[in-house]
Amino acid sequence: MREISVEKVTDAVRKMCMETNYTLSADMQKVLAEAAHTEESPLGQEILAMLEKNLSIAEEEKIPICQDTGMAVVFLEIGQDVHFTGGSLAEAVNRGVALGYEEGYLRKSVVKDPLIRENTNDNTPAVIHTEIVDGDGVRITLAPKGFGSENMSKVFMLKPSDGREGVREKIVSAVKDAGPNACPPMVVGVGIGGTFEKCALLAKKALLRETGKHHPDAHIAALEEEVKNECNALGIGPAGLGGNNTVLAVHIETFATHIAGLPVAVNICCHVNRHSTVEL
Amino acid sequence: MNKTITTPLTEDVAKTLSAGDIVSITGVIYSARDAAHKRMTETLAAGGTLPFPIQDAVIYYLGPSPAREGQVIGSAGPTTSGRMDAYTPQLLEKGLRGMIGKGKRSAEVIEAMKKTKAVYFAAVGGAGALLSKHITKCEVIAYDDLGTEAIHKLYVEDFPAIVVIDCEGNNLYE
Repeated sequence: MREISVEKVTDAVRKMCMETNYTLSADMQKVLAEAAHTEESPLGQEILAMLEKNLSIAEEEKIPICQDTGMAVVFLEIGQDVHFTGGSLAEAVNRGVALGYEEGYLRKSVVKDPLIRENTNDNTPAVIHTEIVDGDGVRITLAPKGFGSENMSKVFMLKPSDGREGVREKIVSAVKDAGPNACPPMVVGVGIGGTFEKCALLAKKALLRETGKHHPDAHIAALEEEVKNECNALGIGPAGLGGNNTVLAVHIETFATHIAGLPVAVNICCHVNRHSTVEL
Repeated sequence: MNKTITTPLTEDVAKTLSAGDIVSITGVIYSARDAAHKRMTETLAAGGTLPFPIQDAVIYYLGPSPAREGQVIGSAGPTTSGRMDAYTPQLLEKGLRGMIGKGKRSAEVIEAMKKTKAVYFAAVGGAGALLSKHITKCEVIAYDDLGTEAIHKLYVEDFPAIVVIDCEGNNLYE
């Protein structure tokens, strides 16, 4: 049994809220630089140059990369031999979010009740996904999610007979529908299989992968590449104003599913695909 | 074509803008997003007056992040315009001339724009740190309780935008 104070969780979450909103991870910066290199549209080139300049200003001056500093999505992978001390784990995560968003001059974008819509004024609660794993470690991933792109995400309950082609067609159609609303070039997270909620969670997790790294299964990796090329042939381009860089990467995660089903979730993220992980 | 425009945006100037033009905007613009639009619509329904002069005004669909000490404003990029579509035609009828945001507009909005001769501009989404450098004054003028969603009177200098839908209804996204 390993004891870990929840204060450590609060502190890690607080710091990650700020880091992720000022500095894009190296893998994302790399694919954006590649897009700037391969973009054929002059206006698209100009927009990608603005995005690179925006990233420099954000990092140097600690101004959020995007004003939509997101709803905090937190993944907790907790070793089964861990015992948290010093209070509630969920409260510790939310305290970290509240502290980070206040200290970091981040926007508070969360409303308490989805229909009454009063701002909670501290960006809590976070969406917390907890998983119990082997060992005595704790891994915390924070992914602040903006809603311009979140709103364009979709779940499709396909038939087994729709097969690979049906899946491919639905992913591309989701990207096409998202168009300029989702701040392209986008990162596309896809979940295939499981149940209704499982595929959505897989799609969200797919966005956390190192950008552009393919799935280990060759047939899924091939599908990722095919969908990416097809999306880029749509011509939506940077900011939706035309060009050959519509998506930066397509990441697909899969899970076993039912004999009667083929669930597919497409979680779209803008070019500000923020996430950070720490281990305690 | 690169063009420099100043606000208030008159009908005569609006008519010279075409989808695809790259513009630099200087002058006063007003931030308003979901909650402020809802409230403005309620105000109009109750027979009240809007919190800023709407004739020839430009609205920026923006909810900025908070400013640090010494900053005018925090990160300040556009939000998705389509969420304001339901409220937009009646603001256009009242004289709204320009909108800055990102993403698609409804057929109803485009029809209203053609009728009233208004222009829809896109600012680059996800470039809020960079765009904040073009905002030199910022003051909350209404709905303070809405926080980031309050109406801010902004003074912008050489604010970069692209004409997406012009007052003839030509649409760069299509």
